Amino acid sequence: MNAEVKMASESTNEHKKGTEQLRIADLHAFYGESHILHGIDMKVNRGELVTLLGRNGSGRSTTLKSIMNMVGKRTGSIMINGNETVGMPAHQIAHLGVGFCPEERGIFSSLNVEENLMLPPTVRSGGMSLDEIYEMFPNLYERRMSQGTRLSGGEQQMLAMARILRTGANLLLLDEITEGLAPVIVQTLGEVLLKLKDKGLTIVLVEQNFRFAAPLADRHYLMEHGSIVEEIASHELEEKMDLLNTYLGV
Amino acid sequence: MAELLGFPPQVLFGQLLIGLINGSFYALLSLGLAIIFGLLNIINFAHGAQYMLGAFVAWLGLNFLGVNYWVSLLLAPLVVAAIGIALEKTMLRRLYKEDHLYGLLLTFGLALIIEGSFIHFFGVSGQPYSVPQALTGGNNLGFMFLPTYRAWIIVASLIICFGTWYMIERTKLGSYLRAGTENPQLLQAFGINVPLLITLTYGYGVALAAFAGVLAAPIYSVSPVMGSNLLIVVFAVVVIGGMGSIMGAIVTGLLMGLIEGLTKVFYPEASTTVIFLVMIIVLLVRPAGLFGKEA
Repeated sequence: MNAEVKMASESTNEHKKGTEQLRIADLHAFYGESHILHGIDMKVNRGELVTLLGRNGSGRSTTLKSIMNMVGKRTGSIMINGNETVGMPAHQIAHLGVGFCPEERGIFSSLNVEENLMLPPTVRSGGMSLDEIYEMFPNLYERRMSQGTRLSGGEQQMLAMARILRTGANLLLLDEITEGLAPVIVQTLGEVLLKLKDKGLTIVLVEQNFRFAAPLADRHYLMEHGSIVEEIASHELEEKMDLLNTYLGV
Repeated sequence: MAELLGFPPQVLFGQLLIGLINGSFYALLSLGLAIIFGLLNIINFAHGAQYMLGAFVAWLGLNFLGVNYWVSLLLAPLVVAAIGIALEKTMLRRLYKEDHLYGLLLTFGLALIIEGSFIHFFGVSGQPYSVPQALTGGNNLGFMFLPTYRAWIIVASLIICFGTWYMIERTKLGSYLRAGTENPQLLQAFGINVPLLITLTYGYGVALAAFAGVLAAPIYSVSPVMGSNLLIVVFAVVVIGGMGSIMGAIVTGLLMGLIEGLTKVFYPEASTTVIFLVMIIVLLVRPAGLFGKEA
């Protein structure tokens, strides 16, 4: 089904506008003098869940940060919902409907849980209401007046996710959301991701935990040394396991 | 009359009042410094000059344009904030990624230039600015005489200080400021125009200094060096309170004014150094300051 969507999107331009949410072409990114990304090309369709796999330092997080214009310099093209964003100031990018959940979670210690939750401005209509969020993450409701960083790691991760669900963003960039969390919480996060996918949100997931990502994703991009070395659809996973093992050492 | 701790109450309360007034200025000025340092990472050495500018805008307004005190209290902070915003947009903006030292040097240089030019035109001897009609006179409280204008300084600065505290700690706008102080890059990725927030914050910090300058005009003479005399103490207050702490700046400001006042009664020789002694002790015991977060 996924392949069909892809083919359809390539067949006609009109269709393309409707389905293609993110298209990155020849993206190079730099931190100061270091050249981190060497010409990334990737594309994510509406409603897809795509992962970026690779070892630490392969450029997966930098790819997400480049999309948010959080790196020193970037060249190439990043189209979000049909808008060119290279050259756009960082604060305008979120308003195209992008929600970013950083690797370090980015919970603000000088804000309480509810202030953290309410911090990002609404970027599109149709985001979750505070009630819906508290329903999805009951722990956050109980601790809504606590200092943000007093939460457990798992709760902080829930908060970092919930925060961008409230804004109505329909393209979520999630960086290592399962890192360092207990299996029970990882499982909950997996359920949350499936719910979000059902709602039609588009998700780009940077993930170390391949077993977590594999059953959720439609496609995988495999990264190495700041380039994409392979694109794998979920139905090709079996046959390409050897390749994955070589690159990831799983 | 009965004595209090071996001193006539008039002396004791008189000095406490002076201490509280000085403390009000310390609080207003260190609050502005704390806000600016928090978000911009700039140690604003021009703060004293901006305080002085506030007083001079009021004085020039009164003497050349007939602008009265009450209008100046609103207008001077706006004028000085506008100058500050221009400064931020043209110069300070280039330094955020550099070491603190560059911002400090730039603002210190600017302070010298501003003060130097005012000395050139107005000399160092102060210009008088009369107390507005509505605030002349005073009340005898029994144990001391309280001039109305001095009471007004304390009330006005408390309102502004705690209003600012409320805005930062309890409102949505304040949550942007707090988040921006912690992680400006992520705040911007959420869609907040952080460069604009920074510009406005600098403008607000500078406006606080100018407001303090207008408040000070009728009781201290309006002089080009009025700010640099005060600023060194204010920096000590910021360090004692904890760099970047809002409540710390306010409370420490008032407290240091009172301590200074009390020292004037009990051991006048130490009154100009006592704040620095406190600073040394606080730095030894709590390096992050009284209200600072331990790193």
